[in-house]
Amino acid sequence: MIRVARLVAVKDLRVEWRSRVILWQVLPFGVMTLLLMGFAEGPETTLSPSVAAGLFYVVVLFVSMLVIARSATIESSPGTANSISMLGLDPAGVFLGKATAVFLEVLLSALILLAGTTLLLHLPLALALHSLPSVVLVVMGLSLAGTLYGALTSGLTGSPTLLPLLVLPTMAPLLIAGERTISAIATHQTWSSWLGLLIVFDVGYTVAGILLYGVVEDS
Amino acid sequence: MKKLAAQILGPTALVTTALTVYLGIWVTPQDEVQGNLARMLYIHPAAAWIALYVGFGTAIIASLMYLWPRTRSTAADHVAASAMEVTLVFTILTLITGSLWGRPAWGVWWVWDARLTSTAVLAVLVAGYLALRRAIDDPELRARRSAVLALVAAINVPVVHFAVVWWKTLHQGATILTPGSGILVHGIMAWTMLLSFIAFTLVYAWMVRERYRIAIRQQTRDDRELAHAVSARHSEGGAA
Repeated sequence: MIRVARLVAVKDLRVEWRSRVILWQVLPFGVMTLLLMGFAEGPETTLSPSVAAGLFYVVVLFVSMLVIARSATIESSPGTANSISMLGLDPAGVFLGKATAVFLEVLLSALILLAGTTLLLHLPLALALHSLPSVVLVVMGLSLAGTLYGALTSGLTGSPTLLPLLVLPTMAPLLIAGERTISAIATHQTWSSWLGLLIVFDVGYTVAGILLYGVVEDS
Repeated sequence: MKKLAAQILGPTALVTTALTVYLGIWVTPQDEVQGNLARMLYIHPAAAWIALYVGFGTAIIASLMYLWPRTRSTAADHVAASAMEVTLVFTILTLITGSLWGRPAWGVWWVWDARLTSTAVLAVLVAGYLALRRAIDDPELRARRSAVLALVAAINVPVVHFAVVWWKTLHQGATILTPGSGILVHGIMAWTMLLSFIAFTLVYAWMVRERYRIAIRQQTRDDRELAHAVSARHSEGGAA
């Protein structure tokens, strides 16, 4: 399973490296969204850390939607699914590989966007650094759940509109927990329970993905 | 026996609902603090019970039965789809009655309360399930993918359930069944509330059964139309 996961992750990352879509299209979109949010607030308003954190996670969510859709598209071109099924790869490995590739791509984007949030929306740097574990866990959840939902909508005629409809409600707990972690750190409250929620979410989707990805792939 | 139970389901649902309405409006007293507003107690919790637990529970069991090779059948898929459709109705009813209750109690129609928000999120998730079904024409592909989606979406149900505990929100927690909460629903009010749960469950079961029967009829019609089209094609080929 691990070998298959590594193969699939390297393949997806190589496809991304060759096209550089994330670098030239997805990341500029994320930075642009951050800028627009700054414009919407106006020059005289200073955002509180919890609002800045919320906006940061919304932008990460938008960016992850694009990355997930792209990752699902790789497998949906004619004949690809058949070729993969003929190879007899372990579906759990394929799921983990695709989720790993999405995780690395979204994490890189999220770290750049976090830097952008400290710069543009004035999120304190120390707070941003303290919140890194929660950012990693949120991105992991987005990648795991997104990969599963991407497979569910893959190859369908309405998949570009269907994917956000399915993914956005599912990600609500992640966004809330991520934002609350940063707010709790800012106000010196305990935040371990939010990290706990994120870990439970990630473990839940890892198990669901390993068990169910093969069922979706077979169909 | 099974046929008899199916035949009396509708009338029983109607009678228990009528009795709940009668007891809820004319027999039970006003609440000391909330006045007539407390009569929402006979609608809102029962609707939420169906939306969060009974509806999703049915869909999860039916979806598991579809995915398990030994119990796989189109009937299981139809039951899951019917349950999800009815669940959406009850989820919307929960949100509407909650909003109607919240306006006088909290002063606003809507508040970004954790349980309200997570229930609204759940409604969108159920709508997504139905949208996924509409996007797929192949019955087997549709059944398989929607079964997976129902199971994955069920991960959100505990989030809604524990929302009031985790987020310490405006919404009341599970006080009636919590030992030591100090809050009691007395006498006729408690019995009426219990009856509302039974009535809503029966109405839910009747609605799912009727929707299931419509789905079966639709499938039979589709199969017949396909058979007609195939035989027409064959006769065209023979004539040529």
